[in-house]
Amino acid sequence: MSTEDVLKSKFLDDTLTFSQFRDNRRVVVPAAKLQAIFQCLKSDLGFDMLSEVTAVDYLEYEGATDRFGVVYVFINVATGERLVLKTFVNDPKPTLPSAYSLWKSADWLEREVFDMFGITFTGHPDLRRILTPDEFTANPLRKDYPLKGRGERHNFPVVTRAES
Amino acid sequence: MPFEVSDLAEMDAPEKEYLWTLNFGPQHPATHTTLRLVLTLDGETVVNAVPHIGYLHSGFEKLGEHLDFNQYVTIVDRMNYISPLANEIAWHHAVEKLLGIELTPRCKYLRTILAELMRLHDHLLNVGTTGLDLGAFTAFLYAFYQREKIYDIVETASGQRFHTSYTRVGGVMFDVNNAWVDKVRDFLKGFMPVHAEVHRLLTRNRIFIDRIKGVGYLSPEDAISMGVTGPLARASGVLRDLRKDEPYLAYPDLDFKVVASKDGDCYGRYLVRMQEMLESVKIIEQCLENIPAGPVNIDAETHIVPPAKPAVYRSIEGLIQHFEVMMPNRGYDTPRDEIYAATESPNGELGFYIVGDGSPRAYRARTRPPSYIHFAVFPHIIKGHQLSDVVAVLGSLNIIAAELDR
Repeated sequence: MSTEDVLKSKFLDDTLTFSQFRDNRRVVVPAAKLQAIFQCLKSDLGFDMLSEVTAVDYLEYEGATDRFGVVYVFINVATGERLVLKTFVNDPKPTLPSAYSLWKSADWLEREVFDMFGITFTGHPDLRRILTPDEFTANPLRKDYPLKGRGERHNFPVVTRAES
Repeated sequence: MPFEVSDLAEMDAPEKEYLWTLNFGPQHPATHTTLRLVLTLDGETVVNAVPHIGYLHSGFEKLGEHLDFNQYVTIVDRMNYISPLANEIAWHHAVEKLLGIELTPRCKYLRTILAELMRLHDHLLNVGTTGLDLGAFTAFLYAFYQREKIYDIVETASGQRFHTSYTRVGGVMFDVNNAWVDKVRDFLKGFMPVHAEVHRLLTRNRIFIDRIKGVGYLSPEDAISMGVTGPLARASGVLRDLRKDEPYLAYPDLDFKVVASKDGDCYGRYLVRMQEMLESVKIIEQCLENIPAGPVNIDAETHIVPPAKPAVYRSIEGLIQHFEVMMPNRGYDTPRDEIYAATESPNGELGFYIVGDGSPRAYRARTRPPSYIHFAVFPHIIKGHQLSDVVAVLGSLNIIAAELDR
C-alpha cells in the first residue's frame, strides 16, 4: 500500500488533502491530529528521518485563510521516499505538538521555527531562542516584521568620525 | 542531546563543584568560524557541551523574500564561503523546479562539473584543516594550493574568484569555452598526484590516526534520527546520496560510486571525504569528455533568460526583452505553489523550500542548511571525550557558520 492509502485508511474521519507538485508528494493535515499522524509515519510507514521543519507566514499571501503553515519533510531512508507534510496554525497562540520524541533532528529545527515565527512546540525539551539573542522579543520572519528590523539599531551608540 | 535545566542543577550541586566551565569561542582559530561552545569539563573530559549559535545571523531568509530569484543568488553564495557555487546551483535547482524549467544539456553538464569542483574545494579544505588543527601543517598547504587552482578555474568561468553568483534562472551568466575545459583537464592531471601525496602524508600517519580514530562516534541510528546527511551520514554507514537517490543535473548519465564507511568516527569521515574526491574527479572527467555543444541557456522565448547580446543591441524587441528580465519591477509569471528541492552539496542535503506567489520573487525562501543539522549533533558525540578532541570533532563536522546562522 502506498503512503497515501495507509494514511487515508488510518485517518478516515479527518480531512487529509493529498497533492503532488513536480516530484513533491504532499499532504495537508489538521493540527489536532498531528501527533497521531507523526506516530503513524514513524512506526507504520517507516519515515525514520525528519529532514526539515519550517514555517511560512501567510499574512500577505493572496487568498490564504490561515496565518501560519508549518512544513515537515520526512524521508524514508530505506526506500528513499520523501513526504512533505503541512499543517496550519493560527494566532493568538500558535501551538503544535513537538516531534522531538520521535525524531531528534526536530530539536534545533523547532527551536528555529519558535525563534523566527513564535510558534511554540509543546513537549519540546529545550525551547529557547537559537539564532537571535535571548532578550530579543520579536519574531523576525513574520511578515509584519519590517525588513530593516525594528529597534535593534537604536540600541547601538553612533560613533562619529570626530569621536573615534 | 538538548541541554536540560536538570543538567545545570546537577552540575551546580556541591558534590559536583570540581566541574569547571570553559568558554570556547566565539573567536578561536580552531572553530574556523564564529561559533561558541560552553564546555563543562571534568579534568580534561568533556561532560557537557552547549553550543550557542547566531553570531553571524544576518537575516538571509528575510532578504530572500525581497530579492528576485536572480538577485538572491548573490546572498545564497555568501551562506557558504567554502563552496559557494554549490549553494548557487542548489538555489537555482529549486527555483527551476518551481518554474518547471528543463535545462539545456550543456548547462546540466557545466553545472555538474562546477558542483563537483566545489565538492573537491570543500573536501580539500576540510581534509587540510583537519590536519592543520591536529598539527599536520604540510597537508594543509598541499590542499590549499589545489584550492587556489580551483579558484582560478571558477574565475575564468565567472569573472569572480570567490562569490561567483554564476548561475541564473534557466542557465548561467556566461558560457565557457574550450580553453576553460582544457584548464579543468590540466587541473585534474595535477590534482591526482597531490591527492596521493596527501594520502601518504595523513592516512597512515600514526599521530593523525591516534588523534581521530574512534573519536566522535555517531551510530547509524542516531545519524538517521538526527537528520544527518552527506559525508557524515555515509561515514556512519547510512547509504544516502541525493545524486543517486533523486538524480538531478547530469548525474543520471554518469558512472560513479557512493562512498561509505562503517566506522562513524572522525577517521571514517576523513576517509570518506578523501575517497569522494576521487569519485568527483571521475565525474568531472566523464563530463569533460561528453560536454555537449549547443546553447547554455534555455530558449529566450520563455522570457525568463535575457536574449543573446546581438539581439539586444540590434533589435528593439531584444532590448525590450532584456529590460523585462533585468528590471526588478518587471518580470515573469511564476506558479502560485510551493516546492521543496534539494541537492547533494559537499556537506550534505542542501534544500530550499520556496513558496511562490506569482511574482519573480519568493514569498518564502527557506534554506535547509546541512551545517545547522550537523552542529546539533556535536554535543551528542563529544560527551566523554577529551578537551583536545573538541577541535578534531568540530573539524570533521565541517561547520560553516554563515550557513549555520544565515
